[in-house]
Amino acid sequence: MNRIDKMFLDKKGQKVFIPFITAGDPDIGTTMDLVFAMEEAGADLIELGVPFSDPIAEGPVIQEANARALKNGVNLDIIFDAVGKIRKKSQIPLVFLMYYNSLFKYGLERFFKACKEYGIDGVIIPDLPYEESGEIAEYEEKYNVYQISLISPTSHDRIEKIAKSAKGFLYCVSSLGVTGARDKFETDFKAFFDEINKYAKIPKCLGFGIKDETQAKLLREYADGIIVGSAVVALIKEGKDKEEKIRLVKEYVSKMAKATKE
Amino acid sequence: MKKGRYGEFGGQYAPETLMNALSELEAEFEKAIKDEKFWEEFNFYLREYANRPSNLYFAKRMTEDLGGCKIYLKREDLNHTGAHKINNVLGQIILAKRMGKKKVIAETGAGQHGVATATAAALFGMECEVFMGEEDTKRQELNVFRMNLLGAKVTPVKSGTGTLKDACNEAMRAWAEHAGDTFYVLGSAVGPHPYPAIVKEFQRVISREMKEQILEKEGRLPDYVIACVGGGSNAIGSFAEFIGEPSVKLIGAEAAGKGIDTPYHAATISKGEVGVLHGMKSLFLQDEYGGIQEVYSISAGLDYPGIGPEHAYLHKTGRAQYYPVTDKEAVDAFCYLTKTEGIIPAVESAHAVAQAIKMAPKLPKDEIMIICLSGRGDKDVYSVAKYLGVEFNEQD
Repeated sequence: MNRIDKMFLDKKGQKVFIPFITAGDPDIGTTMDLVFAMEEAGADLIELGVPFSDPIAEGPVIQEANARALKNGVNLDIIFDAVGKIRKKSQIPLVFLMYYNSLFKYGLERFFKACKEYGIDGVIIPDLPYEESGEIAEYEEKYNVYQISLISPTSHDRIEKIAKSAKGFLYCVSSLGVTGARDKFETDFKAFFDEINKYAKIPKCLGFGIKDETQAKLLREYADGIIVGSAVVALIKEGKDKEEKIRLVKEYVSKMAKATKE
Repeated sequence: MKKGRYGEFGGQYAPETLMNALSELEAEFEKAIKDEKFWEEFNFYLREYANRPSNLYFAKRMTEDLGGCKIYLKREDLNHTGAHKINNVLGQIILAKRMGKKKVIAETGAGQHGVATATAAALFGMECEVFMGEEDTKRQELNVFRMNLLGAKVTPVKSGTGTLKDACNEAMRAWAEHAGDTFYVLGSAVGPHPYPAIVKEFQRVISREMKEQILEKEGRLPDYVIACVGGGSNAIGSFAEFIGEPSVKLIGAEAAGKGIDTPYHAATISKGEVGVLHGMKSLFLQDEYGGIQEVYSISAGLDYPGIGPEHAYLHKTGRAQYYPVTDKEAVDAFCYLTKTEGIIPAVESAHAVAQAIKMAPKLPKDEIMIICLSGRGDKDVYSVAKYLGVEFNEQD
């Protein structure tokens, strides 16, 4: 049991809204204020992207956010430090989205230990699939930090083994390819979730490509939560200064959280 | 050893959206290499189209001039499209056809693998898209035009550093979206399992021929096999049949650019650390937080921040030795081979020639060395001229 499980328990079946931002885009101070603003606006869990030089699962919007953060010298130590500061004011579940090399280079045990110390509850690693995740299992358990598993529309007969061992929540990928806002989805969500529901014992959240209230309202029936990344990140870029960035994100999250939950 | 692993290296560190496509690819590859019909077709194209077997040429003047061991050149430069790249591409495109794929995508640095893929796609009537770093499309305009002539679409990649690693990123992103009808023709001995195994199997023809040819000419195995290493496809192809022959010493030459103690090199074995990128655990040039570093070499084909996982393993176990070769040494070797043997090597291959020039004089006359001349150097004449400070008038 960690903050993620507790949050879903407290929701008692109400849908949840999960926004994503890249940590350090454009600077770490803004990231901290965005976390507080998004929580206030109705976010139930926040994904923090750890910037990486080669984010192969990301579309252009988040790729650029990674580049902006790296250019400003943001690194994992700075991010952990910020998480520690956030934890003094907030207990919202926080999950990293990061590429395996960032974690591996930091040191597996050192990383998970830091997650526990500073207050990170889970980690999404797009390039560490089920078959390779054995190498971090020991530390996940020891420090009670969950690897959040992904399931894609092409997972087919992999769904059973992934869903059965997953912790926290299942990150269900709405469409193939990379992150980024989409106008429409090709996936047959009913069939996709029917298959997932056969095995899943934990909440399922749907992400990749979702950008507006109409989509959130349409898709929330399939899942326990909606995840939005690129659309939030685009607003951070759009805002001219820190104040405007925070205002735009807060308005958007408030709107989307409402659409997800009502 | 676990499937897809070379000691701690290798593996399948790929996004979930690609895992199913990788399993399908692995299943078809396993099936194909046990199928006589596959080999019949592959060998047919290698022979009739790619001009194999390539010659094993005794470099008499070079041998005499260096005054040490006997030197043979494996002439991959004489293949159709001018390099070893065509071997692997033909194998993969036949796999693609067997899997019913209609479209192929590829990454390319300097454009050699892109040109080879576009060539094979033209031959088999398949749609082809090549991802190429924007910087590289500018540096290699002629290869972009060549691919266009062959009917391929070249997509410039603006993200990151706009070079080979970014082209790889983009090809993987595109594949994740279109794996249903699209085959990713990966050009080097890198990537998630089963790619390193596939590339080794399809480049193995280099060492298979070397072995037959040297036995015929010398009646014994070579003492040294030398190849240049970027991702490591021509090297793994040159080593494959000799890994199990302990008397054959395997030597890789990696790009030291302006020197491994400067920031301008691509010497992954000398300076890299264990990491994970492009689906594999291997050695990578990276910073203290795992950020992948920019690399540099005069040779665009060796300009990659990682190395194939089997090379990392051969290095770690000591089965193969890898040495850094600078731009200057490579350019000197480029000029040397051109003058001495009348063969203009690719600047990539010139790294292997440079390593041979360092080693051969100290070796006994009765020892035998084979250098894999992985490609021809016509494409490099301009950049070598620039390096040497020779200026041309702009041609209309």
